[in-house]
Amino acid sequence: MALSTSSNFAKPDDAFRALVEAHRGLNDEQSADLDAALVLILANHIGDLDVLKEAIALAARRMLDAGQQQQQQQQ
Amino acid sequence: MALTKTQFGYRRHPDQDRAGANVAEHAVVVVGAGPVGLSLAIDMAQRGQSVVLLDDADRIGEGSRAICFSKRSLEFWDRLGIGQRMVNKGVVWSVGKIFHGDSQLYQFNLLPEQGHKRPAFINLQQFYAEAYLVDRVEELPTIDLRWRNKVAGLEPHNDHVVLSIQTPDGPYRLAAQYVIACDGARSSLRQMVGAEFAGQVFEDQFLIADVKMTAAFPTERWFWFDPPFHAGRSALLHKQPDDIWRIDLQLSRDADPAVEKLPENVRPRIARMLGHDKFDFEWISLYKFQCRRMNKFIHGRVIFAGDAAHQVSPFGARGANSGLEDAENLAWKLDRVLRGTSPEALLESYHIERSAAADENIRESTRSTDFMAPNSHQEARLRKAVLSLARETEFGKRMVNAGRLSTPSVYETPLSTADRDSWRGGPRPGASMPDAPVAGQGGERLYLTDAFIGAGTGFALLEFSNGAAPELPEGSGMIRVGGKGGLADSAGLAAKRYDAEPGTAYLLRPDGYVAARFRHPTREALDAALARAAGHN
Repeated sequence: MALSTSSNFAKPDDAFRALVEAHRGLNDEQSADLDAALVLILANHIGDLDVLKEAIALAARRMLDAGQQQQQQQQ
Repeated sequence: MALTKTQFGYRRHPDQDRAGANVAEHAVVVVGAGPVGLSLAIDMAQRGQSVVLLDDADRIGEGSRAICFSKRSLEFWDRLGIGQRMVNKGVVWSVGKIFHGDSQLYQFNLLPEQGHKRPAFINLQQFYAEAYLVDRVEELPTIDLRWRNKVAGLEPHNDHVVLSIQTPDGPYRLAAQYVIACDGARSSLRQMVGAEFAGQVFEDQFLIADVKMTAAFPTERWFWFDPPFHAGRSALLHKQPDDIWRIDLQLSRDADPAVEKLPENVRPRIARMLGHDKFDFEWISLYKFQCRRMNKFIHGRVIFAGDAAHQVSPFGARGANSGLEDAENLAWKLDRVLRGTSPEALLESYHIERSAAADENIRESTRSTDFMAPNSHQEARLRKAVLSLARETEFGKRMVNAGRLSTPSVYETPLSTADRDSWRGGPRPGASMPDAPVAGQGGERLYLTDAFIGAGTGFALLEFSNGAAPELPEGSGMIRVGGKGGLADSAGLAAKRYDAEPGTAYLLRPDGYVAARFRHPTREALDAALARAAGHN
């Protein structure tokens, strides 16, 4: 099974909204705690190490892109 | 506090009287009389080899070293004739409990099923294990144990090694076809062959205290994350024989060892943990650790085993147990090579199998350590989430890592013959043999591991009878389950654990690992599997 990156929610805005609202009223520390728990719960639900690693790689590309952008700005 | 538990005498050996180039020649010299070197020497001697065993000290030291010996190690020691003595003295356990804060998160049982000769673990101070091994050595005239013989130099040759040895009577030299270095984490032989020993250094400090007290705590492994008596850190409590309890406390990275180990500083901490002050210290020490291994376990005619070859963190009881697995893996191979019944290339499988096991042990113990001592805020945050989720979810409990305890590796090895038949269970080639209760012809109760010992020290065929007379490869022992004259498997556990049907046969290596298995073996298939397992391919 490969990581699905097609749109899986009938109403994507509802899903995004649910995540946003979960963080309402939390400070950064609490938000980070919430996300950590959420990641573990969702990762276990997926239950497939290959998919998890693909997801991590996709997410981590943001760090890479951000790093490259920063480098370009500095040049 | 390095008190002497047992003192041995140095004795001058005639080898020391030889002059100049006329050095004594031996087949095998084992360096280091710790659990690994002693066990290896005994195994070799029981196979008919003469062994010289050198140790630079002349005593068994007290002190807090290995305490947990695994089922696999006990089964090995059964083959060496000392398993029962270890179990009689040891504290048997299989249950572990994990606490977070002041409440229990969950508990696990490492051997939930019945019908095994040996428990999951015993706890036994290393000095007892060593003393019993030395007693066994003294029963074997072909082991020449020389105390206060310190290897000071090593001269490698193509087909032998010359060792320079220092003794209270001065130096002498000794030649060996093979030298087995079991000289521990700070191995001087490793330095002499110029091998690297690189790996991960952990900055976290842990305090070990062995205390003497009478307590009604059950014989279980108790582990705390962030307990009320040691806020923010972890703690471990484990029972040993003689009313000694092992306490392991995580300290901060910048704790001052000299201050932390003062009894007046340790005592209040432990009093808080136990809820009383009625205990005496047997031992206090601070330690840090590294996880590392040699790239190659074999350097010409010098072969490394145990801590000399690999080091792990203590969480998971993977140090001494993996060293003992090295010994049982090497002994039969070296014996066959010395006899000329296997090519020297068989020894390479020792490196292949045991270096992979070392990698597994390092990986497991590093993960445990990282869980106990997170390296960053985010790691700590993930751990906090796991501990919190463990209260209400099964997956959270399974993610809590307070040490994954040693189990034997399954070898991916050229000695195995790949399965051709279809199997729903049972040990696959490269796995160690599971135990099961059986009965002998007179109805006497025994275990498959006993029957394996009874089948000799070579390869053995474990056959589930279908009535036909089995064809046994030459020089192999036989364990027959069912049929006329076979062992009775009345509970059906042997058949179940081996996924056996009438006719099923497992070819077992001399160390009790599965080499091949067949639903209906032919003589040709068995001969081919045996040749492969003996290193002839």
